[in-house]
Amino acid sequence: MNGPAYASTLELMSGVILVCAVVTLWRRSLSAVVKALAVQGFALGAVALILGIRQHDAVLIVVACLVMASKGAVIPTLLGRVVTSSPTGREASPIVNVPASLVGAAALTFLAYGATQPVVALIPTTAGRFVPLGFATLLIGFFSMVVRRKAVSQIVGLLLVDNGIALVAFLATAGVPLLVELGASLDVLLAVVVLRVLAAQMWSEFGVLDLDQLRELRD
Amino acid sequence: MTGFEEVAGAVLVAGAQIVTVAVGGLLLVGVMRKVRSRLEGRIGPPVRQPLLDLRKLFTKQRMRPEEASWVFVAAPVVLVATAMVVVAISPLATTRPPLGQSADFFAIVFVLLLGSVSLALGALDTGTPFGGMGSSRAMTIGALAEPALLVAILAMSIPAHTSNLPVLVHMGLAHPQMIASPERILALGSFVVIILAESGRLPVDNPNTHLELTMIHEAMVLEYAGPDLGLVTLGESMRLTLLLGLLVNLLVPWGVADRSGAVSFVIGLGALAGKVALAGIAIATFEVFSGKLRLFRVPELLAGGFVLAMLGAVTAMVVR
Repeated sequence: MNGPAYASTLELMSGVILVCAVVTLWRRSLSAVVKALAVQGFALGAVALILGIRQHDAVLIVVACLVMASKGAVIPTLLGRVVTSSPTGREASPIVNVPASLVGAAALTFLAYGATQPVVALIPTTAGRFVPLGFATLLIGFFSMVVRRKAVSQIVGLLLVDNGIALVAFLATAGVPLLVELGASLDVLLAVVVLRVLAAQMWSEFGVLDLDQLRELRD
Repeated sequence: MTGFEEVAGAVLVAGAQIVTVAVGGLLLVGVMRKVRSRLEGRIGPPVRQPLLDLRKLFTKQRMRPEEASWVFVAAPVVLVATAMVVVAISPLATTRPPLGQSADFFAIVFVLLLGSVSLALGALDTGTPFGGMGSSRAMTIGALAEPALLVAILAMSIPAHTSNLPVLVHMGLAHPQMIASPERILALGSFVVIILAESGRLPVDNPNTHLELTMIHEAMVLEYAGPDLGLVTLGESMRLTLLLGLLVNLLVPWGVADRSGAVSFVIGLGALAGKVALAGIAIATFEVFSGKLRLFRVPELLAGGFVLAMLGAVTAMVVR
């Protein structure tokens, strides 16, 4: 891949990751949110793939395929099942309303851009310039975990944080060791499986997936 | 080339763009209605119906409310005049429109805003409740769409180092990879949301309804009749065509004349008509499958557009 094409595809994919993070705040329908997460997982895999091809790094290409499979397919499918099993698949009343949280996301993006300037200055490669997008995804994920009420939305927030960290790791270093990436991916997968079981339990016990209503212990 | 020839050429180009947009805009409205009707299983009015309606309106007697002041009379004229000025200097069929160096994107937005504000004032002028309601709604949406549009323009201007529209379109032709850049795509995505809001299309306002609870634009023009109403419909269709024309020329600039000459200009006009018609058909198809948003959910949509534009601006700064 030659210089400008490499830079612009990488930029496009990093941009897609950030836009997907914003879409999860924008849309109320949980199934649309999960779809955005799947697209984000694929874009993350594509970033790793582009870097792998650019650096002729076979291990990174394997990591890219793993990321696409786990974050683009398996995790969204698991979450999709939770969403379809509950009839009220909408984030009806988030703690911060949608326009305000979108403006919050814009502010967080600026914060990420400003805060990562020293980091960007440290990394000499082209990929290093896109590190702020990863940080912005991470911050939006935290924000999403704070302001959303549904269990699924909070899992999505956690996954956004994870994807943001993974993007920064891919862009800032010349690829993460396979073992580390494998460990991180499996960790998140396990967390989603546990949360899926937990959500199913919540659904059968209480009939809601709203974490705010779980304030007191029950016998 | 002598000075006289230059001026005559500029006048010809501006005149051709204005006439194409005025006639083509009405035809565009006809095409959009036709597509909607066909998709809904109706035959629908003929495509040239808006032109016939306009001719009928202009032959009618001039009727104005007794309380109307000059503001009411001036509003449709200002609406059409601002649209004409912007159409004349915009890079619609050629990247070298007359007075192209003054076709700054920000300036164009503010000239168009002058038209919207004058229409809102005209609606307020007679003091009817509908006019006031329509104006207040239109201004609320306008006030939310405006910052998004300005940030979207900023996002497009940062990589090009200019907010001059002809130069932006020309750079799209010269460097096609600039169009695929994320900041352009994000900014144009937000531009689409803003066009739908500003021209009163479906998720924001239903152009076909006269239901008092939901209407925005129709409520504003309720008091107009005859030639005044004709001017309002003409101005609105010109604005829709202009905005769509700018969108398609920023998104797919191919076909726009990049050098002076009659042949390439005529090709440019044809390409413009084709691209805008396709965009109109796409919007009409989208409208069939979508419902109107609740008025209180419209800010959510526009906030989304604003954030897209903001992300575009941030990406543009990151990459620079």
